[in-house]
Amino acid sequence: MTTALAIDLREAEQFLYREARLADAFALEEWEALWTDDAVYHVPVDPDADPRTHMSIVFDNRGRIATRIKQLQTGRRHSQRPPSRLCRSVTNVEVLGVEGGDDRGDTVVGSVVQILESRDRGATWWVGRVTHRLRRLDGELRMAAKTVVLVDSDRALPTMSFLI
Amino acid sequence: MTTTDVDTDPEAARIRSLVLPDRVHGSIYTDPDVYARELERIWYTTWVYVGHASEVPEPNDYVRKTIGPQQVVMTRDKTGAIHVLHNRCSHRGNLVCDAERGNAGSFRCPYHGWTFANTGDLLGFPFNQGYGGSSARAQLPGLATAPRVESYRGFVFASLSPDGPTLREHLGAAAERLDRLCRLSPSGEVELTAGWVRHEVTANWKMLVENETDGYHPQFVHSSIFSISGSGIGALYSDKSTAVTRALGGGHTENDLSPEFRRLGVPMGWAGTPEAKIPDYVAAMRDAYGTDTADEIMIDGSPHVMIFPNLFVAEIQLFQIQPLAVDRTVQHVTAIQFAGAPDLNRRLVTQCVGSVGPAGMLLADDAEMYERNQRGVAQRRPEWLDLTRGLHRERVDDDGHTIGTATDETSMRAMWRHYLELMT
Repeated sequence: MTTALAIDLREAEQFLYREARLADAFALEEWEALWTDDAVYHVPVDPDADPRTHMSIVFDNRGRIATRIKQLQTGRRHSQRPPSRLCRSVTNVEVLGVEGGDDRGDTVVGSVVQILESRDRGATWWVGRVTHRLRRLDGELRMAAKTVVLVDSDRALPTMSFLI
Repeated sequence: MTTTDVDTDPEAARIRSLVLPDRVHGSIYTDPDVYARELERIWYTTWVYVGHASEVPEPNDYVRKTIGPQQVVMTRDKTGAIHVLHNRCSHRGNLVCDAERGNAGSFRCPYHGWTFANTGDLLGFPFNQGYGGSSARAQLPGLATAPRVESYRGFVFASLSPDGPTLREHLGAAAERLDRLCRLSPSGEVELTAGWVRHEVTANWKMLVENETDGYHPQFVHSSIFSISGSGIGALYSDKSTAVTRALGGGHTENDLSPEFRRLGVPMGWAGTPEAKIPDYVAAMRDAYGTDTADEIMIDGSPHVMIFPNLFVAEIQLFQIQPLAVDRTVQHVTAIQFAGAPDLNRRLVTQCVGSVGPAGMLLADDAEMYERNQRGVAQRRPEWLDLTRGLHRERVDDDGHTIGTATDETSMRAMWRHYLELMT
């Protein structure tokens, strides 16, 4: 499965670390620019349920990702006033395969994320298993999908209005 | 409703001094003694919404639910009757049911193997000679059950008190709001099949109840999303809006937006969904009700009603409020689904997911307000929270309900009046 478009582990890791840093720093425009036009950003409650007919914590298409970013940019997204203090680590990175079946396929990358979020209400430790679908477009890596399955996804969660 | 004698119950007198017709004292949200009394007098006495019949559609289905901090299991027995069981083994107090939902005729306690029917009846216990044989079953207790369980249009409520008003008496005029919700289905039925998002806030449960029909906050708390999404919701809650805030009795309140929806006159305008995008639903509605009635239903829209103390229907979504402690509350939320309306239902899930829950573009900011309020009322002064907005312009409508304008605090005052009846 070695082709000119293939993405190896080292390159995938570099992308994931960069994405994590941009999200932590609320570098909103740069983070948004990582997505493809057909992107899906999903934080399920039940990873086995169909998100079109079941509740999710986040289920954004590209348009809704843009709305989420714009809402943060208004400066009146109260749950992010002031912004959460964030530091996340990304570990257990694995290239899981290629989706799409040919050499244009997206590379599926699994990882684990741990995030310390600090707000006035206190600190919250967010942990989940993440799957990225990465695609090379015009020589740059982009994410076509990102799914974050939180350890506590079906339990009661505090507000999570930063970019996970 | 009985009123406690203040001479024999000083706590009742104290609570009355904290809840006045035009203001409430900050400690009503923070005092653990008040909270303990609320559990006894409200959550474990009055009718509390538990779940919906569509969550246990088949015989022997069950789902775990809550009544405030109490863990219960809502079951459907083999005859179709619905029961609400306390999730506590009658032997040594273990939780008998740990799966979130499933299908089972009985529950077996993992600790010593006592087995109970989904009606709560004790079925068996291992090594029964220790109790003098299996005939001891008649003397040993089963699972505790809610003494009263009733449903209205599939909405299942329980009361942990054997006595009190019937569910219909408790719901009063709020029942008609559930009718209004159900008639948006071509077959007149709501189904809660989309699963739940659970959002916990560090705030007292009454902050949430008050906010649900507070028409004053949306323009401010939600301006970030209204300003970029072109949403018309903000205008519904403005000084110029013809919508009203209504006290329905029994502590139930609503923001009645139907005058605005009628003024606009667009079928499904309330849902922000053009008819053309849901042709199957519109056709099914016109088949079911006739064109004129169907259009009227689709123009008037869904209710925005807070049924005290824990069921909030907000047009396209349903919230169940669960207090866990004086300053901890969970909102369980799901997208309302209408039987016979698959094309509409998918849109409702999409809209609801965008709005509610920990990352919701609306509810995350409401939650922030609850938590800021909870921290704020812990400050010593000025001690009181003001409830006077619109007091001078309240009036009584043709049905005898007190109403205010879209942004008035009529709903909060009505909630507190009922609260005092239950608490003192």
